[in-house]
Amino acid sequence: MSPLKTIDSKIVHPMDNLLRMERIPHIWCPSCGIGLAVTAFTAALEKAKIDLNKVAIVSGIGCTGRVAGYTKLDSFHTTHGRPIAFGTGIKIGNPEIKVVVFSGDGDLIAIGGNHFIHAARRNIDMLVVCVNNFIYAMTGGQVAPTTPLAAYATTSPYGCVEPPFNIPYLADSSGAVYVARWTTLHIRRLTNSITEALNKRGFSVVEVISPCGMYYSRINKLGDGLDMMKFYHDNAEIRHGEDTKNLGIGFQTKIIVGKFVDRERPTYMDSYNKWLSEIKTEEKLRK
Amino acid sequence: MKYWRTPYNIDEVKIPQGEIHIIKDRCKGCKFCVEYCPKDVLEMSEEFNAKGYHPPYVKNPEDCVNCGLCEMLCPEFAIWSTLKEETGSTSGG
Repeated sequence: MSPLKTIDSKIVHPMDNLLRMERIPHIWCPSCGIGLAVTAFTAALEKAKIDLNKVAIVSGIGCTGRVAGYTKLDSFHTTHGRPIAFGTGIKIGNPEIKVVVFSGDGDLIAIGGNHFIHAARRNIDMLVVCVNNFIYAMTGGQVAPTTPLAAYATTSPYGCVEPPFNIPYLADSSGAVYVARWTTLHIRRLTNSITEALNKRGFSVVEVISPCGMYYSRINKLGDGLDMMKFYHDNAEIRHGEDTKNLGIGFQTKIIVGKFVDRERPTYMDSYNKWLSEIKTEEKLRK
Repeated sequence: MKYWRTPYNIDEVKIPQGEIHIIKDRCKGCKFCVEYCPKDVLEMSEEFNAKGYHPPYVKNPEDCVNCGLCEMLCPEFAIWSTLKEETGSTSGG
């Protein structure tokens, strides 16, 4: 744990120096899991010992899109689905900056799905924390591309008929170098995973399965956030290095968590700089 | 605490004693800290905070071992524990 910091001889929360406390209490519902993902992220920032002036956090639209407004870092609240595109711009404009994209499943995988696969293909050096709550929560509980088959949502009153995305498989097959999935209950393992991914070069994806107590669990009659946490406790299984093909999530089925992919590939900036230096030497030889 | 067998270094190990701080007005009553405290230190109180939720209160303050799980599992940044200056008891909490 971080050392206790005191301001004006008053005891304050140890994460007060990393969060914009004037904006807390945040807008997230009671028993929502996004606050836990933020806690894990801030703890990982302290653990990774990276220069906080060189971290930029980018969010899109949605419940999780609010994270950029609550962290006391260089933060960027962008248009719907485009945090990875904006993050790519930051990374190419100033390669020294560590870009963290913190957004939800609807933002990153639905409307921003194209940016997601192409950033993974190019291997842009950034960390993507994708908070997956299986639904579009901010707009009232519509079907998301991660809603499990047969789960109810406000736009699927007879059960969802679309097969959901398997985010680790999508990231792995598109070329991500680090893929992990944890639930919000595995808070220490999630912190360690984000710490590891912060120090990793290349496109890293950490999926966080999060309870949505107000929409997903209420519409599906699964209780509140605490009941979802108990469900994760009973049904999450840690399998490191599991083939990402087997990681699909059905409605109330077993959730396989762990670190699945950890490999090395040249990043976009590496390939670009190598190509540029080759062109320059060729031009010099021609002269 | 009951031991299956007495640890060989039971005289040397000191169980840390933690002190819990709660900002009651930030709490939204999700009960994560109460449910997952490994030493059952916390319990939901009957009182209301400014927003109308029931915040937790410290039921057994001497049982806290400063593991920090309540801080990690609080989505509202409302609870945390610090190490107490006085040394804890040596034979179980």
